[in-house]
Amino acid sequence: MTVERLADFLSNTNPGFFILAAALLVPLARDVVTRAIVMVGGPVVALVALINAEGLGMNLSTVQVLGLDLVLYRPDSLSFVFGLAFIIAAAIMGVYSLHRRDALQDSTAMIYAGAAVTAVFVGDLVSLFMAWELTAIASVFQVLAPRTRESGRAAMRYLFFQVASGMCVLAGVCLYAAAEGKTAFSQIAPSMAGLPVGVMDIGAPGAVLLLAGFGIKAAFPMVHNWLQDAYPKTTETGAVVLSAFTTKLAVYALARYFAGLDALIWIGAIMTVFPVFFAVIENDLRKVLAYSLNNQVGFMVCAVGIGTQLAVNGAAAHAFAHIMYKALLFMSMGAVLYRTGTTKASELGGLHRTMPWTTLFCLVGAASISALPLFSGFAAKSMVMSASHADPALFVVWLMLLFASAGVLEHSGIKVPFFAFFSHDSGKRPQEAPFNMLLAMGMAAALCILIGVAPGALYQFLPYQDSAIDYLATELWTTGHVLQQLQLLVLAAFAFMLLQWRQLYPAEQPGVIIDVEWIWRKGAPTLGDWLSRPLRRAGRGLAGLADGIGAGMAGAARQVFAPGGWVAAKVPSSGTAVLGLVILGIVLAIALFS
Amino acid sequence: MTVFENLYVAAPALTAQAPILVVLAPLVGACAAALAPGARTGWVISVVTTLFAVWMAMAVAGEVARHGVVQYVIGGFAPPLGIAFRIDALGAGMGLLVSTMGFLGALYSGHALVSEIDTQKHTLFQAGYLLCVAGFLGLVFTGDAFNAFVFLEVSSIGTYALVAAGEARDRRALPAAFTYLIFGTVGATFYVIGVGFLYGATGTLNMADMAARLGTLGDSSAVQAGFAFIVVGLGLKAAMFPLHGWLPGTYSTAPSLVSVFLAAVATKAAIYLMARFAFDVFPQTTTFGGLFIKDVLAPLAAAGAIICSLQAIFETEIRRMLAFSSIAQVGFILLGFSLASAAGMSAALFYMFAHALMKTALFMALGALAISLRARRLDDLAGVAREAPWSVAAFGVGAASLAGVPLTMGFLAKWRLIDAALGAGAIWIVATLAIGSLLTLVYVGRMLEAMFFRAPPAGAARAKEAPVGVLAPLWIAAGLSIWFGIDASLPEAIADAGAAALFGAAR
Repeated sequence: MTVERLADFLSNTNPGFFILAAALLVPLARDVVTRAIVMVGGPVVALVALINAEGLGMNLSTVQVLGLDLVLYRPDSLSFVFGLAFIIAAAIMGVYSLHRRDALQDSTAMIYAGAAVTAVFVGDLVSLFMAWELTAIASVFQVLAPRTRESGRAAMRYLFFQVASGMCVLAGVCLYAAAEGKTAFSQIAPSMAGLPVGVMDIGAPGAVLLLAGFGIKAAFPMVHNWLQDAYPKTTETGAVVLSAFTTKLAVYALARYFAGLDALIWIGAIMTVFPVFFAVIENDLRKVLAYSLNNQVGFMVCAVGIGTQLAVNGAAAHAFAHIMYKALLFMSMGAVLYRTGTTKASELGGLHRTMPWTTLFCLVGAASISALPLFSGFAAKSMVMSASHADPALFVVWLMLLFASAGVLEHSGIKVPFFAFFSHDSGKRPQEAPFNMLLAMGMAAALCILIGVAPGALYQFLPYQDSAIDYLATELWTTGHVLQQLQLLVLAAFAFMLLQWRQLYPAEQPGVIIDVEWIWRKGAPTLGDWLSRPLRRAGRGLAGLADGIGAGMAGAARQVFAPGGWVAAKVPSSGTAVLGLVILGIVLAIALFS
Repeated sequence: MTVFENLYVAAPALTAQAPILVVLAPLVGACAAALAPGARTGWVISVVTTLFAVWMAMAVAGEVARHGVVQYVIGGFAPPLGIAFRIDALGAGMGLLVSTMGFLGALYSGHALVSEIDTQKHTLFQAGYLLCVAGFLGLVFTGDAFNAFVFLEVSSIGTYALVAAGEARDRRALPAAFTYLIFGTVGATFYVIGVGFLYGATGTLNMADMAARLGTLGDSSAVQAGFAFIVVGLGLKAAMFPLHGWLPGTYSTAPSLVSVFLAAVATKAAIYLMARFAFDVFPQTTTFGGLFIKDVLAPLAAAGAIICSLQAIFETEIRRMLAFSSIAQVGFILLGFSLASAAGMSAALFYMFAHALMKTALFMALGALAISLRARRLDDLAGVAREAPWSVAAFGVGAASLAGVPLTMGFLAKWRLIDAALGAGAIWIVATLAIGSLLTLVYVGRMLEAMFFRAPPAGAARAKEAPVGVLAPLWIAAGLSIWFGIDASLPEAIADAGAAALFGAAR
């Protein structure tokens, strides 16, 4: 009986809640074993709950709050694959953070993971907004965690964008709900009932705001820079945590509500291309990874925009694979940062001598992100490429994606491992990464290889299962396809070698690259400074006055309300009797003369 | 209330006697506790009898849910001559509140008393406590106006002694208890004078009977005078601003158990009785009733909500801060009350439940800290979160609920109140609520800032974490504040049913 009820509870509760609950226990766990149990146990319970979900495409848990029907748990095949990826990432992240105890960072990381999982499985806009906001607030602690002045400022900029995203979503939800009177996903896209992705009418009130909110979080071009700004300033674990959830949650939301929206194709294509240039000249390797993250998310956004079965499958598969290999790359760079204190290419090199395992795992990640056949990126990205190739109208987009694929190899596939672990010898002889880090990297690397070798393992979870299986059988391993990819990679590698040999490749140089972040970082303050100068001058005068008035008022309020003040003196307890009589008189007068 | 409708609580024979057993259990327990051989026995008696009262109150709630109104004739003398309990959904809801809080308090008293009261006196203290619980339970169940006075006095006499028992720790408890005694008595006297007028005019003491006769009587000056005396007397008991002079001293010097129970129950019982008279006994159509509510009660409640919040902001002693906060919250509740509608009353009742839980958590947490730390001023509690994380975390939950943070019961309470005020078009009430909430945020912020973020003063005495026996009831109250903040269906149903009992229509 009890077991049945427990099973019932497990199969009808949003898996994110288990991670959130575990997050609350993190501060209590002091020794490493307890921490491991809590930080890995939470995701494991969530995984068990997800696998045993009562059924797909049904509202398993609803609650009514303040007259709103909230759908707390509605798994379907789209949310399943994203949720699965998030839960696995949360477990890996837990293992990766075991070497040091920072209760605030660890618990907020888990809250963040839990909120992201929750967001994926809720079935209406209002719940989505709540989880969305929670991810924003929990994630900012990752940027704050180094507790330096610089990271603090970056955190405030990061928070600004995240909150702006949340506000857009909130405004969008309010407008939409007010106009249409419905918030449940299954009602918003009734024409797609039964299918996991929906198409929200972009002309509906609030829809554009929703798109903007999702877009900020997905780091669309021009609002992308919070990502490159914040991620490299985190601790060794912070970037791993951040890279897994934020942008992929946005991709999920886009696929959920805006699949097939044409504008997304071009936004995505541009997103894949422009970070390549920045990534090639950037010196901080974690920032290189941040740019490449941007580029990879571009593939997914583009695929969501194409919106065919193949493309949506591609977006989901790519998101899954991407979470694993990007986390792997960030983990390897985190290990380097932990052992050497830097991730600047100009200060690194030759680390493979003393960090062989980290080097190996980094290479697996690099091979995956470069979409080398037999690694996860190939299995995932191929679908996006094929989807764009299938439509002749998207030829330019296909070319852009092709260019971006070569670029990825250039900066993430070769540059990151090359400058960190090989290249010229920096003379640094750091210790191998701690065991827990190696274990976490090993888990991620194993997944990368597993998906690469046996794509069916991932494909069976994709939103359009039949289409995915069909693709696996007929297209993925065809000679032409594999050859084409190898050609691309060989050519790109050749280009890198040529440039490096001729010493034309941008040398690893310390420096600051100016991106649109400049607008946020320097431009806005400068402009603001200039605009506000006269205001400030006037303000200073007023402030003096206001200070005087404020102090006067506060003083007066203190005199009136503080203990021993006027009220206390005029309404002493003994005066209560008199006041009682007065009020009795008033009430009597009202009663008798009304 | 449908929750209770199909709930099998007790055998039918027991359920039939449940109304009287709710009151009798703590009364008998009070006698037993006074005679108990040791402190521990007294505590067990207290816990068992209050738990029994909770059980029976649930049985009563079930009966009320099934039959609407439960009439229990005491001693076989039929009303209007005999005394009868008459319990509707409102009374049943209040009964649940009082008995639950009584039980939590009894549970809490096991350890909390040790540091505050001489062990020799524990049994007598428990007796006084049970007397107090019995009085409030009788007050919300009785259907007889004079009987209500008797129960009011039973509870008050228990309370006076309990407050004075705080003398061991804080000498100011004695004058505070005396002040409370005087004003409690003045309030009760006003009430009984009012009942006397009504008895003269109608010739009955039974509330239902009285209501029926008042309906046909028209406005006579005796009736009007009776109304005035009753509401002002109960206003004194409910700490309606500016009749709250007795409250800060009482709450801040009494033993923490007493503060917990008084803050959770005492003022609410008086508000309940006021609502009973204003909306049930007196016809709702009387002009003076409406004028009183609109022109006297509402402005005073608003003034109390603002002024006492300000006083709480500038207060330096933490328990006095909470005491002023209580008066301000009574103002909020009375604002809902003053809407004189089903929605307003339901919101006020919901607010009562929320406030009872949050103030219980807050005062219990302070009591938990007081076991190891003699702190009176807020500054003495600086940085205490590090020493006693569980107690202070529960305090934080209570404070969050008080400030109305989403996902706590306090948020829903404020929301419902604002909703009701908007529904009635009373914009000024909404504005008062908004300003009051902002002020609440200020003093809650002051408390949390000191406890969580300030470094403890060097060389100060350090707090220790409280024992489990204290933390358990504390976290029940704090946990319920969160639970009902997420799933409020139970208190909502009780509040709606209670309001419907007075106004006929549900929300």
